[in-house]
Amino acid sequence: MKGNIIKYAQDNIDTDVIIPGQYLKIHDYAELATHAMEGLDPDFHSKVKEGDFILSGRNFGCGSSREHAPIALSHSGIKAILALSFARIFYRNAVDGAFLLPIEIDEDAYNGISEGDEIDITLSTNEIKNITKNQTYKMKPFSEIIGKIIAAGGIFKYKPDQD
Amino acid sequence: MNIVEKILARASGKPQVSPDDVVFANVDKVMIHDVSGPGVIKVFEKLQNQGISVDKLWDPAKVWVAEDHFVPSAEKVSAENIVKLSNFTKKYGIEKHFKYGMGQYGICHTLSHEEALVMPGDVYVGGDSHTNTTGALGAFACGLGHTDIAYVLLNGRIWFKVPETYYFKINGKLPDHVMAKDLILKIIGDIGTDGGAYRTMQFGGSGVDEMSVQSRLTLCNMTTEAGAKNGIVEPDQKVIDYLTSRGATNVNSVHGDDDAEYAKVFEYESSEMEPIVAKPFSPDNISVVREAPSVELDKSYIGSCTGAKYEDLVAVAKILKGRKVKIRTEILPAAISIYQRAMENGLLKIFLDAGATIGPPTCGACCGAHMGVLAKDEICISTTNRNFPGRMGHIESQTYLASPLVAAASAVTGKITDPRDLK
Repeated sequence: MKGNIIKYAQDNIDTDVIIPGQYLKIHDYAELATHAMEGLDPDFHSKVKEGDFILSGRNFGCGSSREHAPIALSHSGIKAILALSFARIFYRNAVDGAFLLPIEIDEDAYNGISEGDEIDITLSTNEIKNITKNQTYKMKPFSEIIGKIIAAGGIFKYKPDQD
Repeated sequence: MNIVEKILARASGKPQVSPDDVVFANVDKVMIHDVSGPGVIKVFEKLQNQGISVDKLWDPAKVWVAEDHFVPSAEKVSAENIVKLSNFTKKYGIEKHFKYGMGQYGICHTLSHEEALVMPGDVYVGGDSHTNTTGALGAFACGLGHTDIAYVLLNGRIWFKVPETYYFKINGKLPDHVMAKDLILKIIGDIGTDGGAYRTMQFGGSGVDEMSVQSRLTLCNMTTEAGAKNGIVEPDQKVIDYLTSRGATNVNSVHGDDDAEYAKVFEYESSEMEPIVAKPFSPDNISVVREAPSVELDKSYIGSCTGAKYEDLVAVAKILKGRKVKIRTEILPAAISIYQRAMENGLLKIFLDAGATIGPPTCGACCGAHMGVLAKDEICISTTNRNFPGRMGHIESQTYLASPLVAAASAVTGKITDPRDLK
């Protein structure tokens, strides 16, 4: 899976900046997308392209449980978030709703990857290739349950009793 | 096993569970509100388009609905969401729908205990991150997103990774000027906003035994701000009495074993605790109130599931009695039952005499929705739970999180004030 990076080199990007509270009443996914990241980066909507990835620090998606956050990012075109760690509800929402992939990375990837770099993520080998810089990093493998739900395409398609 | 492991083992039909086990737990209670409800309805529409049946819920009697974030309706989109909720509860036969303007209603996490909707030992999930609050009743209480809640509504169960538990042992009774809010801010300051991530934060010790149920609710409420999966206190007679006095019958208890294991134990001495504020822009950016910056405040906001329970309003009244506020002060009781008690016991008169405005129960400005959001550069002291950029309004507004005592004392002086320093 290939995409270009939009980098926010900071920790604790919370769901209040990913999609501010005033928009919680909105449930039209396309409209939510127009307000994605508005609390942090008002230019996000104009610069994001289909297939892009976001790169960020620790505890991405902390705060409110609003599923509007992964929805707004996903419907903006974001296919994966690469972060040092994720807050739990954001992580669950991203996976169970099959909105985007939360990829846990290490410091090498975090520091090595820059804004605009082209990245290729291979889930089968847990590898992240930086095509722009010709570097390769490891991603943290998904836990068993997360891997299965992702492979199924979300919680509703996952059949736990057939395991 | 500790209490959370026991609850999850029972709910998943296993004799034993350990941290990192993945279980499918049967759910006992589910909550949605006017933000997550319409989100769930949207998921139902998607499922229907995929040919998945959404004709009936697994058990409508276990579901309850709150109207809290954008009520009374702020404008037409919010009003339409409220209509959607009513249509939903009617269609699926959900009887516990607390509608504003029709008797008891309020913030979902407040109704959970005011209306005795959740019992000790329950697996309780809500479409809101502060669902953690209700762990103070001895339940496994955990927030989920719309898709997961939709899954629970249709299937009655959901997956959890059994969390490891951090145990916070509080020694001794808190001093009169220190509230549970100060203690949880101190803990978040110590462990950070991801310090409890994916874990249970359990509170115990003589300091918690001494605490009222409502103070314990404040502790568990803000485990969310430490990233925790849930907060919990083992239920005792106080919890049983609290629920029984609110109409519950046959309240059961559940406790961890004597040899229960905890990933880590933290100890706090209550006698060393001070009033604390969390400065902008993070709940872990704490300061002792007496060392807080000398900023000119514009507003004191007393509201939310965190800081507008009855006990919180009593603390505010204690400070405001016979005094006048110097800055805009808004007080929003978290539920109608609390509003009514505040009226019957003379609190509302104290608030009005002091010059404060009293609002209806609502999440309101806590989440930047409506009812007193902040303008650019405005600085607010607030009994709420988050102070991220833009949380309560303009992205360049600032919020200091504080206890009801500190928020009230600061309302009187216009500066961040330790209640002991009030003349």
